[in-house]
Amino acid sequence: MELIYTEQHKALRAELRAWLDEHKPKTPLQSFDTEDGFAQHRDWERTLASGNWGMVTWPEELGGRGSDLIEWLIFEEEYWRAGAPLRVNQNGIFLLGPTLMEFGTEEQKKRFLPKMASGEEVWAQGWSEPGAGSDMAAIKCKADEDGDEFVINGQKTWSTRAVWADWLFGMFRTDPNSKRHHGLSFILVPLDTPGITVRPIKQLNGQTGFAEIFFDDVRVPMENRLGEDGEGWKIAMATAGFERGLMLRSPGRFQRTAQDLVRLYAKYADQNGEDAALRDTVIKCWMDAEAYALATYATASRLIGGGSIGYEASTNKIFWSELDIRMHETAMSILGARAEMMDRSGETADADWLDGFLFAQAGPIYAGTNEIQRNIIAERMLDMPRA
Amino acid sequence: MDFTFTEDQIAFRDAVHSMFMREVSPELIRELWDGETGRSDALWAELVNQGLLAVSVPEAQGGLGLSDIDWVLMTEEVGYYGLPEPLLDNAYIGVAGLNALPDGLAARDETLAAIAEGTLRLAVDNGRDPHVADAHVADKILSCRDGKVVLFDKADVTLQAVESIDPSRRMFVMTPNGAGQVLAEGVDAERVAAAMFNRGALAAAGQMLGLTRRMVDIAVDYTVQRKQFNRAIGSFQAVKHLMANVMVKLEFAKPVVYRAAHSLAAGVAEQDVDVSSAKVAATEAALLAARNGIQAHGAMGYTWELDLQIFAKRAWSLDNLWGSRGCHKNRVGDFLFSADAAIGPSSLFTRED
Repeated sequence: MELIYTEQHKALRAELRAWLDEHKPKTPLQSFDTEDGFAQHRDWERTLASGNWGMVTWPEELGGRGSDLIEWLIFEEEYWRAGAPLRVNQNGIFLLGPTLMEFGTEEQKKRFLPKMASGEEVWAQGWSEPGAGSDMAAIKCKADEDGDEFVINGQKTWSTRAVWADWLFGMFRTDPNSKRHHGLSFILVPLDTPGITVRPIKQLNGQTGFAEIFFDDVRVPMENRLGEDGEGWKIAMATAGFERGLMLRSPGRFQRTAQDLVRLYAKYADQNGEDAALRDTVIKCWMDAEAYALATYATASRLIGGGSIGYEASTNKIFWSELDIRMHETAMSILGARAEMMDRSGETADADWLDGFLFAQAGPIYAGTNEIQRNIIAERMLDMPRA
Repeated sequence: MDFTFTEDQIAFRDAVHSMFMREVSPELIRELWDGETGRSDALWAELVNQGLLAVSVPEAQGGLGLSDIDWVLMTEEVGYYGLPEPLLDNAYIGVAGLNALPDGLAARDETLAAIAEGTLRLAVDNGRDPHVADAHVADKILSCRDGKVVLFDKADVTLQAVESIDPSRRMFVMTPNGAGQVLAEGVDAERVAAAMFNRGALAAAGQMLGLTRRMVDIAVDYTVQRKQFNRAIGSFQAVKHLMANVMVKLEFAKPVVYRAAHSLAAGVAEQDVDVSSAKVAATEAALLAARNGIQAHGAMGYTWELDLQIFAKRAWSLDNLWGSRGCHKNRVGDFLFSADAAIGPSSLFTRED
């Protein structure tokens, strides 16, 4: 156990800190779930890529810096410390990227990863369907082989970022006679292909953060399949492992929220006096954010030593999503009657808590509901019997 | 940057695990409940033979000179098996207190050497908790009280037994009859008291991790076997989620406890914050394991017969020893709300630098 950064780590941190100070937007961007905001965020991704910061863990020839996972954590810490914009291409760089690295051909990696790192191609996910949510093996959307093409018909829904994204990755039924998690394949689909209709869905905050997607004889080349025919479920599980286990929510995000919560409490305690119950909750939130960071360093250390992501993917997802809710609920309590106000003309930082509070409600649902994660923990970590 | 244990540390843990599995059964623990001292001389002799008393005694005094990081995995095993013997009070907490005394003190070196070779048993009085554990089987009592560190001979004190909810714990109100041997005063005494308090809290936290896992194991075994509505009750989601919730707390308490061990070993400036975070996180996991473990057993959970009680009662006791959750959260809060506290992203390990 050696919890000290190397000189190389320190140099990377210093370089990034200086770069972000110079390049990060001077005023906050609009939400990436608006048309203008999406364009602003895509511009920001180009700026990041111009400094070779698009996705530091990828090899240099694919748009990265060849960094290890500790360096990725340092990147994330500095990124959240700087308060830089949310990553509009998080589906691509954090989920599809690592999946392509493991299952993609050399051609696929060269074709997709550099444009992902530069924000030139922004990705949406295509998992859920109207009849397949938590029960993802109930997927019906089909991709029939026709010569050297797939012909896709059906519907996907709750597709995050799909309204303005360029590409979609998802799971489709390629064997028409298959059932459940057999006969599924992982396919990459350009969203401007004829036959695709994207219909925006308004989220709880009033913005169109996701969409439903209709496929009507949509033709994509066979080479857009990731992995072998029928391997879709296995590959999707690996993607879900990256998502829940490590990449989707780096600890910097929650450490930043916890730090802001400490400051928020201190600010209003100065004005209104101490509130012992709220203070206690704030302390516990900070401790939990630190615990999440420590657990992530432990996972990264293990992966660097040749280990793989296991069931901590499920404990992780529950822990951060429920911590995020608790932190934002606490902020709402500290803000009191001001909490509901959406007016940003006054205390802008205070209004951000409301956005975060709404978004936190989604945390225990996306990336696999927390109820499903609890089943996974019980059945696979503890070997409790399946129903 | 490497947040893993070495192969040696894992092997040491595995060896202790095997020995406790052999020697520290629930049957033995129950048998000792009915004994006069509640302790087993044979088990103590085995701990001495395995060299466990010498783990963090300096090499100059015949020990192995190992660190908090080497201890932390073993404290989990102590918890998992509910070891009743005061191994940690002696070999980890007491020795840490003695190690923190100024060099060259003859009483320090002699006591350390005697602990390492198993010829002297210590009890520790932390000056905060009202009772001293296992003073009846100790030769000497190391006491931190009123700004002094004092080593009492057993003959120098009067002991009055007090019954604990945990029948394995033997607690005493200690009244000194004489002055004892004053080992340190002033800042030296503060350093010893702090070294012992942090090790006491961390040892409790490590035990809580082991206790948590043991209670989960016991409850899961039961829910797999027990049938209602023609199926194992462990197949019901409501029961599964009782156990899954404990595992989430456990998985996120472990790295906090391990980090605190590193902070003590490395002498990190904010070690108090790290130890307190560990005690709170591990305690919450163990208390939920006790609560949900009892619940998963139904009426059986509320019986004397069920071995779960051995571990639940240990957790309930340790909760308030070496600082309650409130005490430890306040230590963290004092840091968090202090001016210029280094918190937020990028600060996680900067305190180590």
